[in-house]
Amino acid sequence: MKKFKIKSKALDEAGIKRTLMRISHEILEKIEGKEELAIVGIRTRGAYLAERIAKNIKEIEKKEVPVGALDITMYRDDLTEIAEQPVLHATDIDFDITGKRIILVDDVLFTGRTVRCALVELIDFGRPASIQLAVLVDRGHRELPIRPDFVGKNIPTARSENVEVRIRETDNIEEVVILE
Amino acid sequence: MNKPDKIKWTKKHLLGIEELSPEEIQIILEYTERFKEVLKRPIPKVPALRGKTIVNLFSEPSTRTRASFELAEKRLSADSLSIAASSSSFVKGESLIDTVKNIEAMRMDMIVIRHASAGAAYLVAKHVKASVINAGDGMHEHPTQALLDIFTIKEKLGKIKGLNVSIVGDIAHSRVARSNIWALKKMGANVTVCGPKTLIPRQIEEMGITVTCDLKTALKNADVVNVLRIQLERQERGLFPSIREYVKHFGITKETLNKFAKKEILIMHPGPINRGIELSQDAADSKYSVILEQVTNGVAVRMAVLFLLNSSK
Repeated sequence: MKKFKIKSKALDEAGIKRTLMRISHEILEKIEGKEELAIVGIRTRGAYLAERIAKNIKEIEKKEVPVGALDITMYRDDLTEIAEQPVLHATDIDFDITGKRIILVDDVLFTGRTVRCALVELIDFGRPASIQLAVLVDRGHRELPIRPDFVGKNIPTARSENVEVRIRETDNIEEVVILE
Repeated sequence: MNKPDKIKWTKKHLLGIEELSPEEIQIILEYTERFKEVLKRPIPKVPALRGKTIVNLFSEPSTRTRASFELAEKRLSADSLSIAASSSSFVKGESLIDTVKNIEAMRMDMIVIRHASAGAAYLVAKHVKASVINAGDGMHEHPTQALLDIFTIKEKLGKIKGLNVSIVGDIAHSRVARSNIWALKKMGANVTVCGPKTLIPRQIEEMGITVTCDLKTALKNADVVNVLRIQLERQERGLFPSIREYVKHFGITKETLNKFAKKEILIMHPGPINRGIELSQDAADSKYSVILEQVTNGVAVRMAVLFLLNSSK
């Protein structure tokens, strides 16, 4: 496997915090039917970012927003191609998504294949009124007709590069780095 | 990092519990929880095994295990077909190897096999490229049953390590007992087996378990009692004097439980139950009986096993 080294830092701790707060405000500004708002994050890191966005929204609106976490491993189409199996984490959506305005959250948007899996899986839980996509980083190189509704930061990258969102819950640090 | 992002699952077949490591058993138990959640969804089905073809080859009667495997396959979006011995070329004298070679020629990815001979699944695994799952081979092993049993124990009691589990009945002829002993020992439980001397294999204590012919001893301190089916045909061969005699000494009833066991002892049975023989009506339907939950968990366990074997490298 290719060894990556850090090329540059795109966001630091304060930057991540500010960006998530901006996304939270944008969601509240643009969403129709605020009462039906619900946030669902894609595991692993998207789920933690979803919790942070929900917390921001609670601070702004003084209202609890339902939050769920989606593990898409069972919906992946490349399980037999990849070298190591991803760990199956828990999917945890304990509210009825039917009629909800869902904000789907992930850390990095790249080919769009993860989002495709998440959409298919989410719809197996019910029929939401709408699903919109929020990502901390959009690094381009889409392979499917998928576009984000809320973007933290657009980071143009080469295909050979990698973008990593590192957060306290999983990596003990808060930063977004570009690796080459 | 709290948990690694990747696992390395290398097993291609599930032939017995004996060959599994405690870590592998742990992975199966964790994955079972994930699939149990899937079964509670409005659409309890995932595309994980889309495009895979699985054959269930059952040369012995089975309701639970076969239905459970078939359902697990459907819930994973695999295509599957089931062949029962009575309606297959087995009755025309085709050998097992020939049968599976022909099935494989139809491009099967996995074979689930139940067979009356110990080692049948191992033999098949040696001859085919497909993944093989042992769904019971003679008196040898029944790995998915043991996995669903320990999953149910863990779900109900929160752990396996350190628990006292007693297995009561015909130990000698039971693949369920053998697989359970392996699984429980590997996960750190204390195992006691109990039954008539003629139905306990010699030297079984070498597996690191306690052997007793006294039901009172087996039930005292037990957190779980796993009651095995008495195969009625054994009595005809003179292995125990009479059904009445068996019920008197080894039958699990409300009364024996009240007399000898902890109040909240978990009652398990792999099915099918001979009601009134190894297990009384009132004990089978008591609130500490988890027999039907075992069946529910069986589907999730089999989904976990199929999923893992399919992703093996």
